[in-house]
Amino acid sequence: MATAEIRITGFGGQGVVLCGYIIGKAASIFNEQHATLTQSFGPEARGSACSAQVVVSDSRVLYPYVTSPQVLVAMSNDGYQMHRKTMPDESIIVYEKELVKLEKHGPRVKTFGIPATRIAEELGRKIVLNIVMLGFFGAVADVLPREALRKAVESSVPSGTEELNLKAFDRGYEYGLELKEKAELRA
Amino acid sequence: MKAKSENVLTGAHYLDGNHASAEGAIAAGCKFFAGYPITPSTEIAERVARRFPLIGGVFIQMEDELASMAAILGAAWGGRKSMSCTSGPGFSLMMENFGLGIMLETPCVLVNVQRGGPSTGLPTLPGQADMMQARWGSHGDYEIIALAPDSPQESFELAIHAFNLSEKYRTPVLVMTDECVGHMTEKVVIPPAEEIDLVERLYTEKPPGEAQPFEWSNYDIPPMLPVGKGYKFHITGLTHDERGYPIINAEAQDENVRRVSDKIKRHTDDIIWLEEKDTDDAEIIMMAYGISSRVMQPAIARAKQDGIKVGQIKMVTVWPFPEKRVRELAGKVKALIMVEMNLGQVYYEMERCAAGKCQTLLVDHAGGTVHNPEVIYNAIKEAAK
Repeated sequence: MATAEIRITGFGGQGVVLCGYIIGKAASIFNEQHATLTQSFGPEARGSACSAQVVVSDSRVLYPYVTSPQVLVAMSNDGYQMHRKTMPDESIIVYEKELVKLEKHGPRVKTFGIPATRIAEELGRKIVLNIVMLGFFGAVADVLPREALRKAVESSVPSGTEELNLKAFDRGYEYGLELKEKAELRA
Repeated sequence: MKAKSENVLTGAHYLDGNHASAEGAIAAGCKFFAGYPITPSTEIAERVARRFPLIGGVFIQMEDELASMAAILGAAWGGRKSMSCTSGPGFSLMMENFGLGIMLETPCVLVNVQRGGPSTGLPTLPGQADMMQARWGSHGDYEIIALAPDSPQESFELAIHAFNLSEKYRTPVLVMTDECVGHMTEKVVIPPAEEIDLVERLYTEKPPGEAQPFEWSNYDIPPMLPVGKGYKFHITGLTHDERGYPIINAEAQDENVRRVSDKIKRHTDDIIWLEEKDTDDAEIIMMAYGISSRVMQPAIARAKQDGIKVGQIKMVTVWPFPEKRVRELAGKVKALIMVEMNLGQVYYEMERCAAGKCQTLLVDHAGGTVHNPEVIYNAIKEAAK
């Protein structure tokens, strides 16, 4: 893999940027790659659409912004609507099943949905929704090794919440593996 | 002198440019920060505010930027290494007291995380349009040192370098970064403390009563006077003599102002830091600083594939401007091209020094995002025709 461009979108407060941060950290600290994280947000602190972009590469990232993302992780419908048209013909869309209303995409766009909010609630804290999404992304997009992502989760979340977050990550990851298996069986 | 280990977070981190600037300042021994929050610079203040209580630093959120600039000057005279950070509108407010820092020859560091201007402009998006304000924003004649990092790693390194230059030349130093670099997160490797060289402040060796705060007749860079050790002295923004007292006449003005400018001009070879690549046999040389020097790389690589001989100069220091080098190169190349995220600022310095000896071109951008490498590539093709 030379370069992978990933965009994560949702609304402020969902942990969009942390999700991007963990992906970038997994690549650059735990997988010997280069990763540049940038973010876009409005002047509002919470509630408005925001997005994080990560460029992962085997060599230094020279142009810092995402131009043609291979993966879109959508945690809100607004974010999904804002960015879905920028997805190239061949790409992956990872979305929160109960928050995003999926539109029609071309035949080579793979879409994977997960009820991440509900899973997070089952785990006892809705706030780990982003980490469930991250685990799910890890399994279906297969851009980074599972272990690198896990280490990045563990070292990025507030101390005392590592166990919960790793559980959230694993639940998302397992959900993704199952879904992928089913999709492959169908194919 | 080496950095103190308790100030240095040795290891590999995933940090944004602003946090990296803060870590660089802390590693350099900065122990006083005064500022007023402004996007996109606030993360520097936040990081410092979180870290200072652990290492015995003083953080003050001031009532505004005028006071912030004044406070860091006071802290420097009180013996601390001090800094502030801001962005466009705050930079404007700091300009008067920034000039006071120049006139009082006060070591301190100010980081401007540039956003789109004028006025409140684009708070959350990048620009490089404060470069001439950095050079001439305060009134009167003076020289300035300004550095421009292109990544979080360089934000860390140049924060240290800025403190070292400010101590060495006893002058405020600017770090002119931008929203893109400030909010960009990348791997930052912080070396062990013993690998970080620091320049410490030069204090007078003379006893109280004999020492003066601006003793320029005996020193290249006048040593400072310590506080709390019996030295009684006066400093003022008015034109002054070596004792620091106002002398309001043309002779004193010439001596005072010329000397403060000359101490930078005399040492440009030491201060100017350029990273040159392939300039020896180039027909076209690209010049840029900060994030623009990084974004132009794909365009240069593509132009080289087309067989165009393209060299490049990344200006790690933008001020003082590398006049001598640009004059030399202008006589040898077909074109000099400046890439900057403004409508032409440092470009005019390049054009002035080229003095008509080669083509000079500007690849401008009003800000809000970085250049599209395609546009830079097209400019190289055009110049090569």
